[in-house]
Amino acid sequence: MLWQALTLQLGYNATLVAIGATLLGISAGVTGTFLFLRKRALVSDAISHATLPGVCLAFMALVAFGGDGRNLIGLLAGSALSAWVGLLCMNWLTRHTRLAEDAAIGAVLSVFFGFGVVLLTVIQSMGVGRQAGLEGFLLGSTAGMLWADALVIAVGGAATLALVMIIRRPMMMVAFDPEYAVARGLPMHRIDLMMMGLVMAVTVVGLKIVGLILIVALLIIPPVTARFWTDRSDRVVVLAGLVGGLAGYLGAALSASAPNLPTGPIIVLVSFGFFALSWLLAPVRGVLAAVLRHLRFQRRVHIRQGLLALAQGQKIYEPLTIRLLCRAGVVRADGVATEAGKACAAKALRDEKRWEIVRADQAHEATAALYDGLRDIETVLTRDQIAEIDRRIGGPQEVTS
Amino acid sequence: MSGEEFVPLSLTPLLIGTFAAIACALPGNFLVLRKQALIGDAISHVVLPGIVVAFLLTGAISTWPMMLGAAGAAVVAVVMIEAIRRLGQIEPGAAMGVVFTTMFAGGVLLLEQTDTSTVHLDVEHALYGNLESLIWLDATGWSSVLDVQALAGLPPELPRIALTLAGVILFTWLFWRPLKISTFDEGFARTIGIRTGVLGMALVITAAIAAVAAFDAVGSIIVIAMFICPPAAARMMTNRLESQIAWSVLFATVSAMSGYVLAGYGPLWLGGADAVSAAGMIATVSGLLLALAAVFGPCRTRAGAPGGA
Repeated sequence: MLWQALTLQLGYNATLVAIGATLLGISAGVTGTFLFLRKRALVSDAISHATLPGVCLAFMALVAFGGDGRNLIGLLAGSALSAWVGLLCMNWLTRHTRLAEDAAIGAVLSVFFGFGVVLLTVIQSMGVGRQAGLEGFLLGSTAGMLWADALVIAVGGAATLALVMIIRRPMMMVAFDPEYAVARGLPMHRIDLMMMGLVMAVTVVGLKIVGLILIVALLIIPPVTARFWTDRSDRVVVLAGLVGGLAGYLGAALSASAPNLPTGPIIVLVSFGFFALSWLLAPVRGVLAAVLRHLRFQRRVHIRQGLLALAQGQKIYEPLTIRLLCRAGVVRADGVATEAGKACAAKALRDEKRWEIVRADQAHEATAALYDGLRDIETVLTRDQIAEIDRRIGGPQEVTS
Repeated sequence: MSGEEFVPLSLTPLLIGTFAAIACALPGNFLVLRKQALIGDAISHVVLPGIVVAFLLTGAISTWPMMLGAAGAAVVAVVMIEAIRRLGQIEPGAAMGVVFTTMFAGGVLLLEQTDTSTVHLDVEHALYGNLESLIWLDATGWSSVLDVQALAGLPPELPRIALTLAGVILFTWLFWRPLKISTFDEGFARTIGIRTGVLGMALVITAAIAAVAAFDAVGSIIVIAMFICPPAAARMMTNRLESQIAWSVLFATVSAMSGYVLAGYGPLWLGGADAVSAAGMIATVSGLLLALAAVFGPCRTRAGAPGGA
């Protein structure tokens, strides 16, 4: 069943939904990347909630003019309009009042959504019937998707992608260094507004498939996931598109393969699965990599301290140190140094003394900054320099009591 | 309207709505000042999976398991956000976005997977609440307020939200000085020995408790709106924290009362037949108040108040 779903053999509707979800995932991932890099990821939350009153008003207007209240293009146009109004409100609140952006986001999302709910109840009491489709915009409803709906989503998604490609450079510049962008003469506020406009377009396009509450996830999770794997912004954009598209495709297929699996939530959960994997396994920024890095560091510190203790004839009590030294062949199991171990320990102590000289000498200031107690001195100084330091240390001296 | 009609039908929803609004607005003041306003948004989203899991475990709609489930979900969410933010080095907004959308999606999925047709548990209910249905059938008029037998028939949400409000007020009153100092100058707070980390966590937990209790009665829209709109509007009115809190309580009360009345009677005045959603109307009114404050408030700009700052 799942295999059939993955190869698009579950019928017309499932195929439409899968293609639509993939396109939506790609454009949401790509657009969301700029928002994420601009550190304004939650703005999408306000935008998506602000679509609700527009959907309701459009429905009422369509019915009032005698049309079919469920015309998707009409509803999407209405939602875009109210999302734009919400966006302007939010921008105005942050720029012209003392409110911080997060308060403005929260205010816009709750008030617009609340007003939308009021309108929803008004529509219910209008008694026109056929309003059942509107609740579907909250969480998405793919069951009754038509060819025309899929076409709207595909065209909208493609147009958004094309626009992103055209203005990606100024958006990236604003995301990384707004002040530099302004100094270069870029209209920062207008570019920000354009970025939000693109996010709004994705939101509106995604209303039908994942609904307005969960579209936020498609805008945020893929970029965050992609960010784990690379430090180059263009690759983050491409990877986020890939993750989003894959999540959309897999999610749609999964939800078609069994009953009671709503498309929107499944897509979100699949992309969270990608996120969780990346969070754990990503090479540099992942948790596993960080744990390994920490363990390696711990091992080096223990071995170093153990060697210094051996060289000064102190007994080692720390079991981890003994185990590590034992494994390195430096000591025997009872904590007594081997021949090789004695040599290593002597070298460690001598290096420590060399470092002491280096750190006391103004001429070696740059080198001294590299001292962390672990670095081998041969890796930062030439043989001549070390010989010079050894001369300053001098030979063995008599111990005076 | 006579007491015979008002007390059973409107008194309890009005009180519950007002208490919920104030209970959310009080911690909301500090959250807005600390730039953590969206915590309320996140909490109200993650409450859904908590409630569904509690329902699955107990098999019934009963209050305490649901409250515990919701609180547990809030704690899980906070831990996950911190884990993603710290271990993954992701900025807090995005970490929050990842967590609450995922948990909400999980909640919706669980809800679809289980048979909840026999009980009153669905996404719409979680969003809008059912303020209008919290009526007090045993009341016959104002005299019932003193009648023990009638009081036993009060909707259980009322004492619960009243208790929560008392707890929130107590928390704010007890920790007033540390809260105020650490909100405005965290570094100074730490040097005089206030444990800011613990205090911040306590504030978030208080907010979560208020959110869960209010959510139970009035749905999540009011929760988000009341966390942010009244404190934000109050912020435009004054530069003093004491008066800001007073203003926010006033705004919360006014939005709850007038929102409820407008939702119940507004459509009738306009010639409509049915009432509209009270929760949505309360949020709308609070937004209008915020808009008024943002346009006319004496301290609306960053530069501060006239003569002050």
